[in-house]
Amino acid sequence: MMKLPEAEKQQFRMLLMAAIDGEISGADKTRFQQYLQQYPECREEWQRYAKLKEVTSTMQFTKPQPEVWDRYWINVYNRIERGIGWIIFSIGCVILLTYGGFKTVEAIIADPQLELIVKIGITAVIGGLLLLVVSVVREKIFTAKTDRYQKEVQR
Amino acid sequence: MNSTSRPERENDDWLISRCQSGDLQAFGVLVEKYKQRAYYTALGLVGSHEDALDLSQEAFVRAYRSLGKFQPSRGSFFTWYYKILRNRCFNFLRDRVRQPRSFSVIGESKPQLLEIPDENCDPTVIAERNEIKDAVWRAISSLNEHEREIIILRDFQGLSYKEIAETLDCPIGTVMSRLFNARRQLREKLNGYL
Repeated sequence: MMKLPEAEKQQFRMLLMAAIDGEISGADKTRFQQYLQQYPECREEWQRYAKLKEVTSTMQFTKPQPEVWDRYWINVYNRIERGIGWIIFSIGCVILLTYGGFKTVEAIIADPQLELIVKIGITAVIGGLLLLVVSVVREKIFTAKTDRYQKEVQR
Repeated sequence: MNSTSRPERENDDWLISRCQSGDLQAFGVLVEKYKQRAYYTALGLVGSHEDALDLSQEAFVRAYRSLGKFQPSRGSFFTWYYKILRNRCFNFLRDRVRQPRSFSVIGESKPQLLEIPDENCDPTVIAERNEIKDAVWRAISSLNEHEREIIILRDFQGLSYKEIAETLDCPIGTVMSRLFNARRQLREKLNGYL
């Protein structure tokens, strides 16, 4: 009984897949038929994979309720709208907080009744908070630049 | 899933240019057109109705936000969208692996994900089919994410090798060899059923 040479196994496997999926033609088809005629193990392999294909091709995913499709775009629309809302809201917050922080520090420094140590403490709290915000934003930007997903989007 | 024909592709490009000028309804037309493909692909990858719905919708939102970066000359809208979707799905699966629930466990608890259209009402045949159907889903669930992906694209979404190669950004030869490896795994796991 002839055995399929090791060097030809890879080629046979690729032809086998193409044959099973109906993507084989011309010279490849002839070559594949030669494999089947020459080697019993190729015939067995063909039968096994054809059976698997037969089983998977009869199956399909269960259909969801029709309402799912009816509400699909509405849900996407709402998410887009909410996303835009959050961006506008965040920009507003950043502007107000920055302005408020600046004015607070200005007022604290100008207040002659406050102890120096309290002025330093409050300024440090506001300054530290600002630094944390800058750090988080920088991290987000850095992550976006090195994120595999982001590269796919830029394709 | 059939290939995007030229007039269809031109229509998509026109819709995308409308979206890029701020027309959200034009994006709605694209979503309506591709929502089922998107949902079923995500379902095959993550194995849960709710997660597939959530991830496919989230991917559309991300696609909308990134439409400015889309270049029609480098591929169709769905191919581009699919890359966003698959990354969302793979990230989701990796996050889930860190939690104490595995994909196969979830797959086992949701065997109703696959169905075989029934023309035969014989209860014995139906029972046998249900058994095979559950075994197939369990086997697909236990494949690694890339093997599962290629089986879903070819056998459940019906993409041609050319389309899969374009979608996964790899040569057709790689598609064929990945398919062989995935099917070999599947066949081994289904040994008692086939």
